[in-house]
Amino acid sequence: MTEAKSVKMSYDVAGGDFDRAGEASANIKRMLQKIGIPADIVRRVAIGTYEAEMNVLIHAGGGTVNAEIFTDHTVINISDHGPGIPDIKLAMQEGWSTAPDYIRQMGFGAGMGLPNMMKCSDKFDIQSKIGEGTSITMEFNHISEDL
Amino acid sequence: MQIKEVINSLNLNLLTHTGDMQMEVTGGYASDLLSNVMGQAEPGMVWVTMQGHQNVAAVASLIGLAAVIVAGGAPVEEDTLKKADANNINIAATDLPAYVVAGQLYALGITNGK
Ligand SMILES: Nc1ncnc2c1ncn2[C@@H]1O[C@H](COP(=O)(O)OP(=O)(O)OP(=O)(O)O)[C@@H](O)[C@H]1O
Ligand SMILES: [Mg+2]
Repeated sequence: MTEAKSVKMSYDVAGGDFDRAGEASANIKRMLQKIGIPADIVRRVAIGTYEAEMNVLIHAGGGTVNAEIFTDHTVINISDHGPGIPDIKLAMQEGWSTAPDYIRQMGFGAGMGLPNMMKCSDKFDIQSKIGEGTSITMEFNHISEDL
Repeated sequence: MQIKEVINSLNLNLLTHTGDMQMEVTGGYASDLLSNVMGQAEPGMVWVTMQGHQNVAAVASLIGLAAVIVAGGAPVEEDTLKKADANNINIAATDLPAYVVAGQLYALGITNGK
């Protein structure tokens, strides 16, 4: 039995730390570029990861970003022990947001992050429990549409 | 058209130093909502916004934008410029309102790219 080779990366995201916001997605993006994954795939991974990273930073008080890069696909998991999402169906709707004013002033809170994650990934899964936290898994195939 | 020609034509104030000035501009997008930009803007576009805080640099870098144009005389934070220079992102500012900037971009032949 041969195990599929993969590159694993893991980052802690601190709640409310806007100075370091986006570092996990930027590092994962750089690694994918280095490996030679097509640019349009790299961009989709970066966008999906950034949206999830910012949600954890803004709505959950911090969490963890895990990436596993295989030859033919990448799996990103973002999990937190925040308040959880009471109604996932509602949260997935474009325009739904509970972001407070000071967050909206920074340009967040359009209620488009979760829909963006679903659109830019090939597989999207969200699990959330009130009082326990939220876990999002996105999968991206490394087959470019630009080819 | 290269981004440096756009910056010169509109008389924009270039605030960063490390960005690619030869990048070919593919179109433009205007919005102050980051998630909206991430869902809609495409690589090589110029992004017109009133947002000047550091998340703007992160978003521009993730998408691979040609430049961010901060319009309406909106302030651009020092941290934003640091982040932009670290990631080779062009940020230019102008006192012109976003609406006027978009109009001038269109006049240069830079449309929404689609
Ligand atoms: N990790 C999370 N923990 C708790 N609540 C969350 C989490 N992620 C999302 N939510 C809830 O779901 C809502 C919708 O999330 P979504 O990312 O779509 O929009 P947003 O973050 O409010 O705005 P945008 O992403 O457009 O800046 C949030 O406003 C928040 O109430
Ligand atoms: Mg969000």
